[in-house]
Amino acid sequence: MERKELLQVKGLETTFFTEDGAIPAVDNIDFSLREGEILGIVGESGCGKSVTSLSIMGLVPSPPGKVTNGEILLEGTDLAKFSDKEMRKIRGKEVAMIFQEPMTSLNPLFTIGNQLTEAILIHNKKWSKKKAEERAIEMMKLVGLPRSEELLKEYPHQLSGGMRQRVMIAMALVCDPKILIADEPTTALDVTIQAQILQLMRDLNKRLNTAVMLITHDLGVVAETCERVVVMYSGQIVEEGPVDLIFKDPQHPYTKGLIQSVPDMRFKKDRLYSIRGNVPKPGSIKQGCRFAARCEWAHERCLQENPTLYQTGEHHKTRCFLVSGKEAHIDDRAIVESK
Amino acid sequence: MTEPLLKVNNLKKYFPIRKGILGKEQGNVKAVDDVSFYVYEGETLGIVGESGCGKSTTGRMIMKLLDPTEGSIEFEGKDLTKLSNAEMRKARREIQMVFQDPFASLNPRHTIGKILEEPLIVHGLGNAKERKKKVLELLEIVGLSSYHANRYPHQFSGGQRQRIGIARALMTNPKLIIADEPVSALDVSIQAQVLNLMQDLQKDLKLTYIFIAHDLGVVRHISDRVGVMYLGKMVELAESEKLYANPLHPYAKGLLSAVPVPDPDFKREHVLLSGDIPSPSNPPKGCTFHTRCPFKMEQCTAVVPILIEVEEGHSVACHLYDEGYVNDK
Repeated sequence: MERKELLQVKGLETTFFTEDGAIPAVDNIDFSLREGEILGIVGESGCGKSVTSLSIMGLVPSPPGKVTNGEILLEGTDLAKFSDKEMRKIRGKEVAMIFQEPMTSLNPLFTIGNQLTEAILIHNKKWSKKKAEERAIEMMKLVGLPRSEELLKEYPHQLSGGMRQRVMIAMALVCDPKILIADEPTTALDVTIQAQILQLMRDLNKRLNTAVMLITHDLGVVAETCERVVVMYSGQIVEEGPVDLIFKDPQHPYTKGLIQSVPDMRFKKDRLYSIRGNVPKPGSIKQGCRFAARCEWAHERCLQENPTLYQTGEHHKTRCFLVSGKEAHIDDRAIVESK
Repeated sequence: MTEPLLKVNNLKKYFPIRKGILGKEQGNVKAVDDVSFYVYEGETLGIVGESGCGKSTTGRMIMKLLDPTEGSIEFEGKDLTKLSNAEMRKARREIQMVFQDPFASLNPRHTIGKILEEPLIVHGLGNAKERKKKVLELLEIVGLSSYHANRYPHQFSGGQRQRIGIARALMTNPKLIIADEPVSALDVSIQAQVLNLMQDLQKDLKLTYIFIAHDLGVVRHISDRVGVMYLGKMVELAESEKLYANPLHPYAKGLLSAVPVPDPDFKREHVLLSGDIPSPSNPPKGCTFHTRCPFKMEQCTAVVPILIEVEEGHSVACHLYDEGYVNDK
């Protein structure tokens, strides 16, 4: 079943202008988020996954960062062209975001109630304070926070990490956004608390039909939570597809290596597969496939030119010359494009 | 059976909570509360648990970076808690530590050569020439090159820095390495490299590891035996195959089922633990886990369960496995 595309990112390029020159942290990426789905974006540090989400939110620190190219279409409207003032109306109302460390995203000087109602009142100027408070309590119950009336009067430091993240989720969802971007929402939490928060996010996704873009480095979290996955490496998308295809039949050598290098809790492997070399700094690779230096199958052509994203299945795309042959049967166009 | 290399008996660490101008003691945080375990030569003991469970404090006490409140730590038959400073310095040659954050644990003003040489100088081992040779030798062993000796820490990536951290720990030819979250700051692809390196080194140099981590997958991969800690107590200790196949303690069950598995087809029974970890300054009475336990019974709120061996190589501290209850079933 094909669902409507809510958010389309086309040719997005976000560049950081530093003393060492212009560094493309996100380099020409295309993907879309469909209505009510959970899309995972995975990659290691410096692959551009967080910058992608900040670009969508219009929160790239500027200077030095800037969206230098591309379109971010939210139901057809290009957010990349919006002014700060216009973006303020979108943020929180249409697209909301939660971050890795809930403590640093909450203001320690204000009560939870204060911060929750502020978010409601900004987007609903005519509401009374009482009505906003009622809404806040309703949201806190929705995210499973106990004794919500009392919590309204408490300060962030009085809450545990898991509760703070629940408050952040409640705050993000108060205005019924269409899209929730979650940037490593469980990385700072303990596993048992992580399981609670992931369960909550899956629940809310089903009940409210909010589309979720989940950014993470943890393949386990992706496998358990997402329907589709985008794998990023060094500012580019290297593979994209439904979650079971990506895990069962990964096509890109990077995705393959990444999946094999995770220790599995269910059985003991004698030795872990490891990808050689180091994660490259953004912008350090100028020519050829960005993964070539670490790839076991790299050949001459990989060092010369960067492959495009080939359509390797109906819903599966891979950026690798090795699969370019397979793809020819499905779609000849991409090959022509790559030349 | 041979004598264990390390015996930890009834180890406790209480941190005082001081309040007011005079710093009067207002109770304490029981960071580690009556923990005992053995480590045999050549094996890897994993210690897992969530934040605040006391796993790092345990590691630091074995290193004598913290003085235990009570209990003994016997290393090769000597009680480390009773050694004088000079004797302890000698013993430290045999026990070394690898830290979590490879960015914070290397002095940014020293070259790698100097950082690696320092343990030898501190322990008065070898002359300048021998020390230099040893530095170059260890750089090769951990997969770096000799020219790296003249570089500074900021010129290395996280994975390379952790290799340097490991090389430094190996400089004095130790027998026991305590690794406190050695791979949790690293990217997945780099994590695998460092784990493989640690396994190779263990084989080649006959090292014994205490591997402290919160990632259960990583711990299973590297450990022969695993101890699960919760709020300062060891709640389950078993051979890793046994623990992962058949966890007994309700907390261990919850913890294992909470770990996301990188396989979308994998269906499991979820034991979702509710609630948060209680504060270690005011732990629940009786079994510290009873506030979150789905199998709570009357005596759990009153009597502290002790770690007992329920089958060979598998111990658990839970009233469900007290003898009377086993018979009832």
